[in-house]
Amino acid sequence: MMSRLANNQSVVWAIVLIAVLIALPAVVPRYWVYFAGILGINIIAVHGLNIMTGYTGLLSLGHAAFVGVGAYTVALSQSKLGLPFYLAIPFAGIVAAIMGVAFGLPSLRIRGLYLVIATLAAQFLLNFVFVHWQSVTNGDAGLTVQPATIFGYPLNNETRAYYLILFCDVALTLFAINVIRSRVGRAFIAVRERDRTAEVLGVRIVWYKFVAFALGSFYAGVAGALLAYFNQFVNPEQFGLVLSVFFLSAVIVGGMGSTLGAVLGAVFMTLLPEFLRGGGLAIGGALGFDIASILVPLRETVFGFLIIGFLILEPRGLAQLWKRAQQKFLTPRIAADSSAVGRTRVGTEQPKRSQGSHNGETS
Amino acid sequence: MNPILLFAEYSAVGIAAGGIYALIALGTVVIFKSSQTFNFAMGEMMMLSAYFFYTAAVTFAYGPFVGVVAALIGSVVVALVIERFALRPMMGRPFIAIVMVTFGIGSIIRGLVGIIWGPNDLQSPAILSRAPVMLGSLFIPGKTARAFAIAVLIVGALIVFLRYSRAGIALRAAAADQITAYSMGIDVRRVIAFTWVIAAITGCISGILMANVNSLTPNLGLVALNVLAVIILGGMNSIGGVLVAGLIIGWLESVTGFLLGTEYREITPYVLALLILLVRPSGLFGTAEIERI
Repeated sequence: MMSRLANNQSVVWAIVLIAVLIALPAVVPRYWVYFAGILGINIIAVHGLNIMTGYTGLLSLGHAAFVGVGAYTVALSQSKLGLPFYLAIPFAGIVAAIMGVAFGLPSLRIRGLYLVIATLAAQFLLNFVFVHWQSVTNGDAGLTVQPATIFGYPLNNETRAYYLILFCDVALTLFAINVIRSRVGRAFIAVRERDRTAEVLGVRIVWYKFVAFALGSFYAGVAGALLAYFNQFVNPEQFGLVLSVFFLSAVIVGGMGSTLGAVLGAVFMTLLPEFLRGGGLAIGGALGFDIASILVPLRETVFGFLIIGFLILEPRGLAQLWKRAQQKFLTPRIAADSSAVGRTRVGTEQPKRSQGSHNGETS
Repeated sequence: MNPILLFAEYSAVGIAAGGIYALIALGTVVIFKSSQTFNFAMGEMMMLSAYFFYTAAVTFAYGPFVGVVAALIGSVVVALVIERFALRPMMGRPFIAIVMVTFGIGSIIRGLVGIIWGPNDLQSPAILSRAPVMLGSLFIPGKTARAFAIAVLIVGALIVFLRYSRAGIALRAAAADQITAYSMGIDVRRVIAFTWVIAAITGCISGILMANVNSLTPNLGLVALNVLAVIILGGMNSIGGVLVAGLIIGWLESVTGFLLGTEYREITPYVLALLILLVRPSGLFGTAEIERI
């Protein structure tokens, strides 16, 4: 009964959140809407990486390149095949998934560092293709993308494209929550925790690693597709190693293996540079320093400290902090409504790793 | 010029550049051997050492000799701090988390160097003579040739040292079986700290050499990512393998640059790494500790 109560509450909160997000462009300035769009795209990409790295334990350093594959797929399928966006976006996801599997497959059978190297190779090789396959990708100059069109109505500004991104975000977040709750998701976690034991119990590890890798790359491809429609422009510079590391930081800071964590991590890491810039410029202005010139290295330093800090001090990331805050401030009220039995259940229901799915519902 | 001669010259220059790869790879392999930690911050440690050298030698004008000593001391201290405060708390944690910690360290070092020394190129003082070396009729740029000589000398000396010294034997014992080594009285923590010192030294010298051959920028460390291919080719846990593999990779890079165009240089190590993963994941000299599942 407790859990149903919590469930209903989560659904209510989710609906409130979505309503707020729908109303957002009407109340905030245009720059924020642009920012929200980028944030939405990052959330999708981080969901993908979280499925691979967080849930299944497959570390990928090439996620940005797969995002790039999605973006270029949209640009090319639009200009060469004339695909409308509702076909081009899933197509971009599928192409990215195929690419991901092609690079990942040889090393998915071997434990340890090999997948990291294969994905790092993917990062550099794909970026090389973006830059040097001039006749198709137009090199460093990049490609322009026509905005997505619904019934002849072009999504040609931030606000209109924002709704497309919001829709994809809600759909893909729900999908991630449900995948993780299913047999497949439990298999992912089993592979991460104890692969040998999982195998003995009849979980086909290589197959599930393959599925996780394909699914994660699919998310990356969709994120890339949305990015292409959002910026109406694709170039190789957008998809460097820095972005791959950014996505990984978001997964770690948010909390590996938590769908709520993926969202929180993406939000936090996307907003952080803005806060740094705002705060840095304000402090620098007050003290008479020229902070603007060191903003980029400052960002790198802070990212590094965050990664290490979270890994050492709170490996379950923001999701865990959120959970703790929730227990502290929200549970006493719920417990007061219910019986003493309910209260002890709250006490014993300490979050374990598999709580990610439950968490996701509040997002 | 005769194309065969030109090819030979490119090969010689490539092999010479490979010496530095071997030096960087050696530092990475000893850490990996002792603690199964792949140090993605190696390039940044190397770059930081070059900045230490620059600061002591140029900013404080103590000259190159003091510069090298100061850089060595500085980088050893930094490596020990990293090992003690970032890696040791992570002992026993999943491999992904440890790899990400080294990534975080790299990010911090790159950021701090950018804040302290700025993003612009600095001109490192010349410690290597420019006078070209002639091998028969092959022309090899002087700095590259001398950097190669120094790198190979140090790699060779370290390989011999790790083969015969007590510390080297302790390292191999810890690599073979940590628990047994521990119960036989080997202080595994000290062995791991010791490998970080070795990595600091190889990183420091390769950093100073690289800054001398090219120029000094915060992006100097990016070369170290190419070393992944060296380590894979040599075999993840083979100390001797890095020398051969480093020279092969250096040669291949230079030759593909010559045959296909310079832009292909940058992806050569990665293509090779993928091929090795497909064909022979244990590399040339690695023991078959590959766990297939």
